[in-house]
Amino acid sequence: MKGTLSAQLIRKLILVVLAYAIVQLLISVNIINDYLQATLTTICINIILAVSLNLITGFTGQFSLGHAGFMSIGAYTCALIILKNPTTYNFLLGTLLGALLAALVGFLVGLPTLRLRGDYLAIATLGMAEIIKIMFINMDKITNGPRGLSGIPRFVNWTWLFIFTVGTVLLIRNFLKSSHGRACIAIREDEIAAETMGINITWYKVLAFVIGAFCAGIAGALYASYFYFIKPDIFGFLKSVDILVMVVLGGMGSISGSILAAILLAVISTLLQSFSEIRMILYALILIIIMIFRPQGLLGSREISLSAFNRLGKFFAFEKEAK
Amino acid sequence: MPLLKVHKLTKSFGGLTAVLNVAMELKQGELVGLIGPNGAGKTTVFNLLTGVYVPTSGSIILDKGDAQQELQGLKPHRICKAGVARTFQNIRLFKDLTVFDNVRIAMHKNVQYGLLSSFLHLPSYHREEKRISEATMELLKIFNLDGKKDEYAKNLPYGEQRHLEIARALATSPSLLLLDEPAAGMNPAETAQLTELIKWIREKFNLTILLIEHDMSLVMKICERIYVLDYGILIAEGTPDEIRSNKRVIEAYLGEDVGDV
Ligand SMILES: Nc1ncnc2c1ncn2[C@@H]1O[C@H](COP(=O)(O)OP(=O)(O)OP(=O)(O)O)[C@@H](O)[C@H]1O
Ligand SMILES: [Mg+2]
Repeated sequence: MKGTLSAQLIRKLILVVLAYAIVQLLISVNIINDYLQATLTTICINIILAVSLNLITGFTGQFSLGHAGFMSIGAYTCALIILKNPTTYNFLLGTLLGALLAALVGFLVGLPTLRLRGDYLAIATLGMAEIIKIMFINMDKITNGPRGLSGIPRFVNWTWLFIFTVGTVLLIRNFLKSSHGRACIAIREDEIAAETMGINITWYKVLAFVIGAFCAGIAGALYASYFYFIKPDIFGFLKSVDILVMVVLGGMGSISGSILAAILLAVISTLLQSFSEIRMILYALILIIIMIFRPQGLLGSREISLSAFNRLGKFFAFEKEAK
Repeated sequence: MPLLKVHKLTKSFGGLTAVLNVAMELKQGELVGLIGPNGAGKTTVFNLLTGVYVPTSGSIILDKGDAQQELQGLKPHRICKAGVARTFQNIRLFKDLTVFDNVRIAMHKNVQYGLLSSFLHLPSYHREEKRISEATMELLKIFNLDGKKDEYAKNLPYGEQRHLEIARALATSPSLLLLDEPAAGMNPAETAQLTELIKWIREKFNLTILLIEHDMSLVMKICERIYVLDYGILIAEGTPDEIRSNKRVIEAYLGEDVGDV
C-alpha cells in the first residue's frame, strides 16, 4: 500500500516537472511567443482565481461576488512595492504582503457578513469589492486614482507562474482533502447538521474566505507584475462575474472543473480578442447553454484524476485488443 | 448528580410558548422516552438541548462526573463537543456526500491535526486520517452500511438513512444521544431490529439515550422511564406501566392507542 502510494506520488511529481520543462522549452525556442505567453499568464492567473473562489462558493457554499476586490489588493500592494524598489526579492515580498492584506480584508469582511446567506451575502460581498475599488480611486496620491499605475516592472515569468499556480492549487486541494476542508463541505450541505456534528460554522466560513482572499491576492500580484499596468476599473464587478462564470462553468465543487474552465475561457477570449463585444455575448451564450444542458457545470462536483486517465488508457487498450 | 439536569426550560416563539417550565433528569446509562401528541414540543426540547434554539429561560446542565457544564445559550458545536449528539426527525444527512464521508465528517471534533498539517499533509495528517477512516468503517459495520460506504447518502433507502444518521451521531463520541423518531417510516420488522440495535449501542458505547417516538411498541419495550409532553408542558413521568395507566396521558392521547400495547 505504502509502496504504491509513493510510486503514485513520484509519477505525479514527474508529470508536474515534465509539464514545466516542456513549456519552458517551448518558450526558449520561441514557439510560445510573447502573445501566447500572455495567454498562458492569463490562464494561470484565472486558475488561481477560479479555484480559490470555488473554495468559497463551490465547496463551502458561500455565494461571493467580490473576488476581484481581493485580487485588487494583491495587485496594488505588489505594484506599489516593486515600483519603488524593483528587485525579485521585493516582488516576492510584495506578492506575500498583498496576499496577506487581502486575507486580512477577507477576515474583516467575513466576520460580520457571513451571518448573511445566499443573495444577501452576494450583495454584501459585491458592496465590499466596490468599496475597495472606490478606495483605490480616491487614494489619489498613492494609487494615482482612476488613471491607475503604469510601468510596473515585470518579474513574472513562467517559473514564478508555475510555482504560484501549482502551489495554490495544491494547497487548496490538500485542504479540501482534510478534516478541515470536509468541515467546509459539510457547511455547504447542511449548516444545521454540520454545526450539530461539532463544526464551528462561523470559523470555517471565515477561514474559507481568508484562504480564498489570500490566493486571489497572489493572483492580483502576478497580474500587476506581468501586464505592466493596473487601474481600479480592471477589478470591478465584471471581473468578479468573470471569475464566478469560470467556477459555475467548470462545476461548483470541482477543482479540475475550475482549471478546465479557466483554460477554456482564456483560449476563447484570446481567439476573440479583436472583437471584445462579442466575447461578452459569447460568455452569456455559453453560460446559458451550459445552464440548460449541464446545470451542474462541465464536471459537476467530480474531479479528473490521474487514475481516471489510467482508466481511460486501459479502456482504449482494451478496445484495441478487442479489435 | 444526574448526567443531564434540565430546569424550568422554556421556549417561546413570539406569542406561542412551545415549551414551558420543563424539568428533566437523566441518570448515566438510562434509556428514557419523550412522548406526546403532535406539536407537543418534543422536537423543540431537542433543539433546545442541542443549541439549535436558544432557550427563552431555564437551564441545562450536563455533568459527566469530572466536569459540570451549563449548555443553555451555547452554540451547537460547543454542545456537541460537550458530548451531546442527535438525529433529526426530518433526516438531515449530507445528501450529496458518500455514506463514508457523512460519518467521517462527524469525527471532526476529535481530529488531532491543525491547519498547517491539512495544507501540507504532514505525517500527523496521514496518521489521523488513517485512524478516522478505520473508526468510520467500524461504525459503518455496526449498522451494516460498510458495503455501501461509497454510495451517496441520498440514494440509501429510508431505513438505512435513519441508521446512517445514528452512525453519524455516534461518530461524535457522545455521552448523551438524542434520537428524534428513529423508527418513523419503518415497517414492524425494521422497527424490531432498530429496537435491538438501540439497546445494543447503549451498552457498547456506554450511552445515555433520550428518545422521541410515536411508535408505542418501541417506546414501551425499551424505555426505562418516560416523560410525557402535552402543549409544551410535562404532564407525566414514570415507568412504561405507570404511563400506560396514567389518566392525563390517556386524555392527551384521546383517540390514540396507548393502553392496548
Ligand atoms: N421555529 C419555530 N417557529 C415557530 N414555531 C415553532 C418553531 N418550531 C416549532 N414551533 C411550534 O412549536 C410547537 C411544537 O413543535 P415541535 O416540533 O416541538 O412539536 P413535536 O412535539 O416535535 O411534534 P411532532 O410529533 O409533530 O414532531 C408547534 O406548535 C410548532 O408549530
Ligand atoms: Mg417532532
